[in-house]
Amino acid sequence: MKIVVAIKQVPARDSQLRIASSGKRVEEADFSYEINEPDAYALEAGLQFKETHGGEVVALCAGPARVRQTILEALAKGADRAIHIEEEDPGALDPLATARLLAAALRSEAPDLVLTGLQSDDLGCGQTGPILAELLGLPHATIVMQVEKHDGGIRVKRELEDGWFQHVEMPLPALLTIQSGISKLRYATLMGIRKAKTKEVRRVTAAGLGVAGPEGAPAASVTMERLYLPQRTKHAQLFEGSPREAAAQLVEKLRFEARVI
Amino acid sequence: MSILAVMEQRGGAWNRMSFETLAAAQQLARELDTTASAAVLGQSIGGLAGELASKHLERVYAVEHELLQDYAPDAYTIALRQLVEQAKPSIVLFPHTYQVRDFLPKLATSLGRVAVSDAVSHRVDHGQVVLVRQLFQGKVNVDMRFAGDAPHFASLQAGAYRADQLAGSGPRAAPAVEVVTPRLSTSDIRTRPLELFRESQRAVELGAAEIIVSVGRGIKEAGNLPLIEKLAEALGAEVGASRPICDAGWLPMERQVGSSGQTVAPKMYMAIGISGAIQHLVGMKGSRTVVAINKDPDAPIFEAADYGIVGDLFQVVPELIEALHKPK
Repeated sequence: MKIVVAIKQVPARDSQLRIASSGKRVEEADFSYEINEPDAYALEAGLQFKETHGGEVVALCAGPARVRQTILEALAKGADRAIHIEEEDPGALDPLATARLLAAALRSEAPDLVLTGLQSDDLGCGQTGPILAELLGLPHATIVMQVEKHDGGIRVKRELEDGWFQHVEMPLPALLTIQSGISKLRYATLMGIRKAKTKEVRRVTAAGLGVAGPEGAPAASVTMERLYLPQRTKHAQLFEGSPREAAAQLVEKLRFEARVI
Repeated sequence: MSILAVMEQRGGAWNRMSFETLAAAQQLARELDTTASAAVLGQSIGGLAGELASKHLERVYAVEHELLQDYAPDAYTIALRQLVEQAKPSIVLFPHTYQVRDFLPKLATSLGRVAVSDAVSHRVDHGQVVLVRQLFQGKVNVDMRFAGDAPHFASLQAGAYRADQLAGSGPRAAPAVEVVTPRLSTSDIRTRPLELFRESQRAVELGAAEIIVSVGRGIKEAGNLPLIEKLAEALGAEVGASRPICDAGWLPMERQVGSSGQTVAPKMYMAIGISGAIQHLVGMKGSRTVVAINKDPDAPIFEAADYGIVGDLFQVVPELIEALHKPK
């Protein structure tokens, strides 16, 4: 059983965001980065599946040199090896272009199961998984909470809205996008961290994968025109001063203005 | 040029978000001086299609097939691709539901397009549509413009458009319902959907609570929850939570407010250490009075709030409890 988990490195959740003067990107100079949280759960699901059914877990990540840290973390947690698609500016790619890169690397691996997070914490398109499934000709399910082997294939539990769930069965190979929070994330052990450095990381480039550069790529059907900070339509009354003063003002307003307590 | 809204139904019942999408399609059609049509997929959906025929639309497509009875991404992708090829819409709009998230990227890819997912608004610029979507959990906006040839695809965020602005067909002739039978065979469908189910009976009906104190990531660890419980007690409130808190098992799932949890509309909703991701906001935006306590002044929750305190919850909440215990 070969499981490939596609992971993304994203700016840390509490990063201060500023827009670059070009209006085309956010200023990355003082960011710290971390693994996209849903992808961390996809990795966890992959590692658990391997522990139960045997096989191999391969981490797949596209990005510049900085993503090595995220790859190393995946290896330290238990991925057997990794593929790093060297891509200087993944933020400039649309979801289809990103998925084309990942698909090219996945084809040569011919995995039984492809896992990824349901969406990224930065761009949040939530599209990479289903696009990959279409490019690779795989059956898929999204927002998956649980994966079990079943009848030569798999049976997954999908989350729907309003507290509903559904089981879906499908043959392998298949692609799943994993929901955050489906189980506890493991920490890397000291031993894991030491071993990670000896594990194989295969570096490939778009050209090496046979994916055309910007000139040869099919024309994009959407363009990112401008990034900007949203106009805050705040009408909230904010209470300032010390915590004690602010709390007293809030209680006063709740009692005598909103009259809700 | 024309606009097509793809509606969502399950077992003959509408997903209400579809009507927001329908209203958006009408609005776009007006602004672009073109027509809006609607499509619904399923089996035995004549009644639903008939309902759409009372709206101001050019055409209603009833895409019927026994293999569309239960949702499967393969079947929906194939059927919609055929519909799009037949109806030739310029822009196809969807509600950004869990189901649409499952198949729309696949559909767009099969036609060599990229869909704009989870758009929150639009404007028309030189006869072209510019869609706005949110990045970094709502902290940054981006304008997206369609390029190249139609068709173009977009899904719309819950609450971004108002279903109550839907226009009826009025004095003009009602749109004709066109039944479309897609070419589908069982071998096209690789996944097998089983029955829908709920985990357990809910012991807590947050929907009935008058006051809800909800807690999010800002609480940092389970050991800090008694602070929130004390505040809830002082207010006579139920305790709710954002998704990460329930995912971590710190509070039971039945206390989760948001698109995957409960939808609430209490007299007062107090969000503590909750940044206000859209998935949470859709679950509580009907609340009469919203209070937010958060250390990040840019947290989207403040946009949904009537009253707010920007500050450290570990300092503010104890003071709040004390203030509540003081006599009026």
